[in-house]
Amino acid sequence: MRYFARRIGFFLATLWAAVTLNFVIPRLQPGDPAEVMVRKLAGKDAQLDPAAVTAMRAMLGAPDGNLFQQYVDYLKALSHGKFGISYTYFPYPVTEVIGKALPWTLVLVGVTQVLAFVIGVTLGAYAAWRRNTRFDSLVTLGSTFVGTLPGFWIALLLLFAFGYTLGWFPTSGGYEDSMPGWNPGFVGDAALHSLLPAASLLVTAPIGWILGMRNTMVMNLGEDYIRLARAKGLPDRVVALRYAARNALLPSVTGFAIALGGVLGGSILVETIFDYPGMGRLMGEAVSNRDFPLLQALLLFIIVGVLVANLVADLLYGVLDPRARKAGR
Amino acid sequence: MSTGVVQPTDRGDLPVEAPLEEASSTPPRWYALVWGNRKARVGIVLLGFFVLVAVLAPVIAPYDGARTDFEALLPPSGAHPLGTTTQGGDIFSQLVYGSRTSLLVGLFGGLFATAIALVVGLVSGYKEGTVVDDLLSFVTNVALVVPVLPLMIVLVAYSDVRGLPLLVFVIGITSWAGHARAKRSQIITLRNRDFVTAAKFSGESTFRIVFREIMPSMTSLVAAGFVGAATGAIGAEAGLSFLGLGDPSSISWGTMLYQANAQGAVAQGLWIWVLVPGLTLALLITSLTFINFGVDLLSNPHLREE
Repeated sequence: MRYFARRIGFFLATLWAAVTLNFVIPRLQPGDPAEVMVRKLAGKDAQLDPAAVTAMRAMLGAPDGNLFQQYVDYLKALSHGKFGISYTYFPYPVTEVIGKALPWTLVLVGVTQVLAFVIGVTLGAYAAWRRNTRFDSLVTLGSTFVGTLPGFWIALLLLFAFGYTLGWFPTSGGYEDSMPGWNPGFVGDAALHSLLPAASLLVTAPIGWILGMRNTMVMNLGEDYIRLARAKGLPDRVVALRYAARNALLPSVTGFAIALGGVLGGSILVETIFDYPGMGRLMGEAVSNRDFPLLQALLLFIIVGVLVANLVADLLYGVLDPRARKAGR
Repeated sequence: MSTGVVQPTDRGDLPVEAPLEEASSTPPRWYALVWGNRKARVGIVLLGFFVLVAVLAPVIAPYDGARTDFEALLPPSGAHPLGTTTQGGDIFSQLVYGSRTSLLVGLFGGLFATAIALVVGLVSGYKEGTVVDDLLSFVTNVALVVPVLPLMIVLVAYSDVRGLPLLVFVIGITSWAGHARAKRSQIITLRNRDFVTAAKFSGESTFRIVFREIMPSMTSLVAAGFVGAATGAIGAEAGLSFLGLGDPSSISWGTMLYQANAQGAVAQGLWIWVLVPGLTLALLITSLTFINFGVDLLSNPHLREE
């Protein structure tokens, strides 16, 4: 029980740190953040409209008062789900803008992450089982090589080859002309549009799992319980899957959140390249339009998403591995 | 984009080297050990080539990389070995000058991240179990789970001054956590090694144990961490520049790809413009990854013995 309490405690503490970070970043610059934002929005030499500054201050959740008062107001606004108004999509609140983009990224990154995990763990386990064979060196050297390729560059090449040159897949957007909704036409259309972005992410995403799984499994294969299993005359398949791979899987669970962060980061670049209507493209837009409320809310959403995934992975790890619970770590 | 490359442990293709010497003597011919590894040798030669190109950029490049007064979209020719961009820039010159940005960001971003990681990790590990350790470990764990690229994007976006120093700062401040955690666990295991216990029993001072006994056996780990951090910094610079957050006053392979993408190079079939900067980026990262194979030999004798 102590293990679970610790993990939930860590989650809450990280959540607080993330929320506070989000409060601190805009205030790291000199001057009144509201004034700076209005100035940025209107251009450097523009006349400052006091009304705009006041409005911005209200949007930022930092009307007046000292830093502590601002912080309290900011937390209050957050707890009511008030993240401000987007500049780009004025007058829509950023929560609404993000809400529209969220499902796209959720599906793209979610499916990619799960596939990457399955592919990576399978390849890694098989490479470890057949270690020092041609398959093993192909997989490990191949992963090392592919891991050096910049992910967004792979996306550009795939777009070039399969989108423009061969014309097999749509080159941009999330859907063609079908109306968004749960009808087969739209779902198929959206799936077709997300194939290239997903493939781009899938080239590099499994690498961490492959090498990690291979390393743990190689170590596990040297353990006594594997020798015992073999001595008992168990078939290879059972030793490989039910003994070695099963135990080697455990550490992979804890790496889930960090890997998710990596895929999310990659999806920012990939969504920008494919003009995919998710949170990554939104972030690129927010950057080029200097849409700070949107940018900040996006950062907070992404961090919280990863933190929740991390908590789930940690709790799952506690359930799966009794040693983790006993150690209390 | 995968920045932290996990490396396989037991590789059969490695040459068998001399057995590990006593921990008390100075590490044996580290340069020979690294150079003796085929992959590391390829990496060093490749990196040396990039450094040479960066240093001699004005000699190698036919034009100043910032010039954009050529005719647009010229095909490759003697005057323009890789052709020109839609804005009339010489692709080959941009490529040559771009190596400077990547190498500088890699060097200083890597150094900065390594410095933070060392301070946080070693202090945290040395003070294991104390409040200091709890606090530093918490900060490390937070920095580890927060997705790096979105955080870097927001930090750069908020800054008024764009440029290489900002990129180095933002990359360093966001990407030290993994390395710090590794340092922490390394000093904890080293602290409990037999040679440290022996040193304790022989009456050596704590200061001497940490800095004369433990530190020398960590040098290669620090070096490996630095090479890894530099690799990550180069990738991060490319990603940020690709989003248009790079240094507006200098050319980098990331900004080249940003412009290529913004000008629709992919749609127009200008494949050289898209292919070449990514290829050099991949080659540079490959060279560093290969070098790290050699550096790993220093810290992990198992890789040598096999």
